[in-house]
Amino acid sequence: MTMAHEINKERPSGLFPERRAFSSGAAPRDVTGWATTAVITALVLVFAFWATLRRLYGVSLTLGVSEYVLMPAAVILALAVLAILIPAARSVSRARAARQCVSSGKLVNARILTSAASDCAYYTFGFAALLVAVIGFAQFLVANDLAVSRTFLLIPLMWHSFPLVFKAFWLNVYIFVVAEILVLVWGLIVAIARLMPGETARPIRAMATLYTDIFRGMPAIITMYLVGFGLPLSGVPLLGNLSAETYAIIALTLTFGAYVAEVYKAGIESIHWSQVAAARSLGLSYLQTMRYIIVPQAIRRITPPLLNDFIGLQKDTALVNVIGAIDAFNQAKIISSNNFNLSAVTVVAFIFIAITIPQARLVDRMLEKDQRRLRGG
Amino acid sequence: MPILEIKNISKAYGSYRVFDGLTLDVEEHQVVCLIGASGCGKSTLLRCINGLEPIGSGEILIHSDRVSGPGVDVNALRRDVGIVFQSYNLFPHMTVMENITLAPRKVLNQHAKDAEVQARHLLERIGLGQKANVYPDSLSGGQQQRVAIVRALAMGPMIMLLDEITSALDPELVSEVLNIVRDLAADGMTMVLATHEMGFAREVATKVCFLAEGKVYEEGPPEQIFNEPQGERTQAFLKRIVAAGRL
Repeated sequence: MTMAHEINKERPSGLFPERRAFSSGAAPRDVTGWATTAVITALVLVFAFWATLRRLYGVSLTLGVSEYVLMPAAVILALAVLAILIPAARSVSRARAARQCVSSGKLVNARILTSAASDCAYYTFGFAALLVAVIGFAQFLVANDLAVSRTFLLIPLMWHSFPLVFKAFWLNVYIFVVAEILVLVWGLIVAIARLMPGETARPIRAMATLYTDIFRGMPAIITMYLVGFGLPLSGVPLLGNLSAETYAIIALTLTFGAYVAEVYKAGIESIHWSQVAAARSLGLSYLQTMRYIIVPQAIRRITPPLLNDFIGLQKDTALVNVIGAIDAFNQAKIISSNNFNLSAVTVVAFIFIAITIPQARLVDRMLEKDQRRLRGG
Repeated sequence: MPILEIKNISKAYGSYRVFDGLTLDVEEHQVVCLIGASGCGKSTLLRCINGLEPIGSGEILIHSDRVSGPGVDVNALRRDVGIVFQSYNLFPHMTVMENITLAPRKVLNQHAKDAEVQARHLLERIGLGQKANVYPDSLSGGQQQRVAIVRALAMGPMIMLLDEITSALDPELVSEVLNIVRDLAADGMTMVLATHEMGFAREVATKVCFLAEGKVYEEGPPEQIFNEPQGERTQAFLKRIVAAGRL
């Protein structure tokens, strides 16, 4: 076998730089400093945690929590926090070993150990950040002789207000379920109107654009107020004499119809024009192409952003309280002013969070799946 | 009497003139191959015939009936003129069967049963009978392109336009697609192909047209175009094709 190309050393082509030394062959940097810092941080936080725990323990006793529950829980927590010392200690031992390897010339081992040591140190810092947040929150709860806990988290009041608030929450559910169905239809109509092709459809397009501009720009609470108080005042036949929840549904459909129309529009535009060309070339009309080819593909893509808008809509059902319907928030406000305590409102917050978290995770999962498919495809 | 007449058409994108008085006749059962450099308008010409793009001036006739300009029922035109694209453009959310039967059902108002029987027959003929119920993304490029051809054939077109249908394929998949085109040519289907497969054009074409300067620069039977090209630009083009090892 002969070499296909001789390397011309006298006259380089100039296409790549002169050879230089292999720069990744040096010894790794020393990370014992980082490792020591990790240990100190860990120790400080363990003591801070213990101190906070002691305070919580005392407070809980005065609130009448049984000692038989409290003692084991406190002991378990106090021991569990020691876990932060494990990565810290590991970081130090690896960093030391790495230093020895460097001095005895085992550079590859030194690099591996250094990388492990700094990973352990970073892990400790992450854990520490979490502990700082937990300690801060606990201290906030017990601050000013438990004022915060008593205001927001008065357990007996939460317990008693829950059934009333939960019952009122069905109004929110009714509003968002009906509004979501209407929004899905209305948003698609607006999106198709905005995307109508040709010169003749210009007025329709302009109208649809004006609508989305207005209702995306207007705060939902103002739309709610104008619809909920304005329509009854105007006394328009059919529209002047509806229930507060119906006005809420109208207002939310108008507002979120504009958002969702944008989502639909983006979805439809994201389908490659070659799909339209293929469908039209088979003799399908514009509307048939939309109906059978474009919208079904767009819907798959826009489900995650659509769900995001729905989460927004569900939360905004609480705005119905400005026009006086007794939803969960309004009910909680009544309870709160009767008791001069906000714990009932916290219950509403928990309910909203409880229904939106699964949806948020679902959106994340769908987006992730989409990404995987795109990367894989 | 030509089945398809393209009379003196012009078209411009801004200041760039794609067609400048292009004229071309296609007889029934003819296989016309359009060749030419990248950007010479082969694909655009096919898209204009099919009404997917408007033309500036001139006219296009099918069976002496004008099919360009305002007032033409493009959906009716496309029932009779099928087109297959370089990138297959199958509908990814539909199975192979649904891809093929959609247009016959919705445009020709065929019964679902009849459309499926016909689709199954066509799929068997191209050796994809097993794939009726799979989605396009599980097919190879060659299989997808064969399905795309069948999808166009299911409408029973009088003319088929094939737009560089093998350009996006891996080399070993090209022949399975070209074999179908060969069969169609043998059956007497009238076809207009834009192609870079010069060997195939030489074999299957009844007429080869070299497009340049917005016109049919030179046309003739394949032996004449490939062996004794007359025009200067045709000669230069074919020389480059030979230099690239493609002929």
